[in-house]
Amino acid sequence: MVSFDRFTLANGLKVLVHEDPTTPMAVVNILYDVGARDEDPKQTGFAHLFEHLMFGGSVNIPSYDEPLQRVGGENNAFTSNDITNYYITLPAVNLETAFWLESDRMLNLAFSEKSLEVQRNVVSEEFKQRYLNQPYGDVWLKLRPLAYKKHPYQWATIGKSLKHIEDASIDDVKRFFSRHYNPSNAIMVVGGNVKLDEVKRLSEKWFGNIPAVEKSARKLPAEDMQIEERKETINANVPLDAIYKVFHMPARTDQAYYAVDLISDILSRGNSSRLFRNLLKDQKLFSEINAYLTGSLDGGLFVLEGKPLPGVSMETAETAIWTELERLKDEDVPDHELTKVKNKMESTMVFSEMSLLDKAMNLAYFELLGDADQLNSETSKYLEVTASEIREQAKRIFRKENSSTLYYLAN
Amino acid sequence: MINRTLAPDFGQVENIELIEASPIILGNGLKIFCIEGGEQDLVRIEFIFENINYNVSKPLQAYAANTMLTEGTSELTSSEIADKIDYYGAFLQTDYSNDQSGVTLYSLNKHLSSTLPIVKAILTDSIFPEVELDTLIRNQKQKLSVNLEKNDFLSRKVFNNVMFGNSIYGYDTRAEDYDKLTRHQLKEYFKLAYQPKNCTVIISGKATDIASKIVDELFGSAWEEVGEVSPNGFSFTTGVGAEHYIEKGDAIQSAIRLGKVAINRSHTDFAGMQVLNTILGGYFGSRLMANIREDKGYTYGIGSALVSMKNAGYFFIASEVGADVCSSALDEIYKEVNILKQEPVSTEELSLVRNYMLGSMLGSLENAMSHADKFKNIYFSGLGYDYYQKYIETVRTINPEALLGLANKYFNTETFEKVIVGKK
Repeated sequence: MVSFDRFTLANGLKVLVHEDPTTPMAVVNILYDVGARDEDPKQTGFAHLFEHLMFGGSVNIPSYDEPLQRVGGENNAFTSNDITNYYITLPAVNLETAFWLESDRMLNLAFSEKSLEVQRNVVSEEFKQRYLNQPYGDVWLKLRPLAYKKHPYQWATIGKSLKHIEDASIDDVKRFFSRHYNPSNAIMVVGGNVKLDEVKRLSEKWFGNIPAVEKSARKLPAEDMQIEERKETINANVPLDAIYKVFHMPARTDQAYYAVDLISDILSRGNSSRLFRNLLKDQKLFSEINAYLTGSLDGGLFVLEGKPLPGVSMETAETAIWTELERLKDEDVPDHELTKVKNKMESTMVFSEMSLLDKAMNLAYFELLGDADQLNSETSKYLEVTASEIREQAKRIFRKENSSTLYYLAN
Repeated sequence: MINRTLAPDFGQVENIELIEASPIILGNGLKIFCIEGGEQDLVRIEFIFENINYNVSKPLQAYAANTMLTEGTSELTSSEIADKIDYYGAFLQTDYSNDQSGVTLYSLNKHLSSTLPIVKAILTDSIFPEVELDTLIRNQKQKLSVNLEKNDFLSRKVFNNVMFGNSIYGYDTRAEDYDKLTRHQLKEYFKLAYQPKNCTVIISGKATDIASKIVDELFGSAWEEVGEVSPNGFSFTTGVGAEHYIEKGDAIQSAIRLGKVAINRSHTDFAGMQVLNTILGGYFGSRLMANIREDKGYTYGIGSALVSMKNAGYFFIASEVGADVCSSALDEIYKEVNILKQEPVSTEELSLVRNYMLGSMLGSLENAMSHADKFKNIYFSGLGYDYYQKYIETVRTINPEALLGLANKYFNTETFEKVIVGKK
């Protein structure tokens, strides 16, 4: 149970407060409702590049990191296809420094050409390090456009190509900021050794006079229902063949999400899971095999990925995966197995409450989904899933015409 | 109107309080330490064993014995172990490092009486089935072949090997080493290493007194001693320093790793060196990050660290940089190291680093498990809690002259091993 209070400033900034007196620390987590899905198809990678620029100094404060480190704080951020999330942890006695820094960069950035120039380079190196200079690093650059033909999930947060990042101009940066970085587009969670009244006072003091801007409506192209099986083969300098198979599945906020999430656990969570047990251990077909969800806010993907052992053909590997998927469609998951994945989910939720930062991030995310309090009913939603719902979702999702398969073959 | 150009007042971190571990020693020599704290009804129980009898002809023996602990006992198959642990929502993992091997259980308190007996079974009755060993060998060789394509992985491997040779710290594992593993080797190692005298149990979380009672009931008398064990001991000296270049013609980034054998936690210079390391490359605002990432844009990240192991310590700087700027990046790294040797750190930068390090220390004590991690740091280095008092004192008071002295004592770049994988 993560308790919290909530208030909204006149300019639309939502603030959630989670008091946890057991720690001497405080966390300030700000989620902006903007991600790679909000980018122009001709300027992909921009939300993420922009995240880097948020550390390049704001209108009244030339350096973001230095004053924070000076008071014993640390920070970081991440960008996904859906959101951009910034967080600070610092000794609670210095909480106000976090308000000062975060409010100034919500008010306005410094927009320095030097910062843009450097961060273009840094992000280009990040692109190389994570996506190009790693075996299989570019797989999501291939899979996304195979699975999505219309929706902006067809590109990764890093962007479609290095070129888009290299071409970003300071005017683009300014436009992006004024459109997305506003109080009404943000959710702030303040947690730790803090008091509600003090957080209210500091919020009014530092964020209260940031001008309100109406939250812009999101109009993203919807993905058409996939009606044909898609396949692609690439050859690369990798030591082992790999297979990636993705299926369209319901959005994070869909009630069906919970059943599908448990399917991925049945298939792939832990050493007692079906894929690990059957395909890796017993049938000795794969050296690695996994299933997981993208958990996207719009229609997401159910992902299976594996590396067949030498001598195992792609056809054999794929047939074995399908056999496991068909079994989920044909047979109810036995009670013991369903209870097992539910128990694991339940204890995972308890363990996640050990971390202040995790609690703050989760509150912000669930508030974005509609109501932070839903975080506290997550466990019961998983516990309510039935074997027949799981079968129903398996039938709905695991169809050839809903699949995209990438063969990633060793040269 | 508020003046947004002025930073709010701030305070220094005054009190850093550690939850000290309370020890219990059982009749068979088994040592238990409890660190109590937290609101959630759960505990982490670690069983930690010193690595022993290292033999270069069987370099993966200790690792494989550890990894295979969850693969079967005389009564439970690998699949049954996994199923039971998962059924109770627990997490069971094997942990292998250069100095120790262990098993860690995360469990809700209410399920401990079901989950701990499984741990007992694997620690006292593992049988290392042949078929599971074959799976391990097969899959680990595949993983190794993928890792060898990663420049960063290769650079780490080469770096450790040039510093620590074929000891357990530096052994350069090859695919054929997996083929040398036998069931017999694992059983032999298991019998000697996994016994109460060689074990330390660390319990952290809520109601650790109850957990320790269950541990006592299960492990206190029924776990027999086999005899004396001799933990691995090595000694190393700093080499003369050389360049180790592995060319990868198609690399678009090069992995760089520079450094040398240095000191470990038990040395009096260690805390001061941590301050010096933080300034150089130990945090986001460090000199290496400020110059090589935030000014030049040569890399996504660069850092340095001081690593403490039981028989040695080492210092390193590592980054992955654009292949086209590799030599410029190296020049800048040397430049930053040399500035630390020539110019005293300004009091302003030093005060920032002091505050950052104290805040970071405070933030690293999030829950009982993090307090237990702090205990492990000192316990396995043969140190007491006064280590942290001295550490905090050093962070608060070390002066620029002392840092200059440490830089000149330890940062002789001539003697650095320099590993570059990619293009230069």
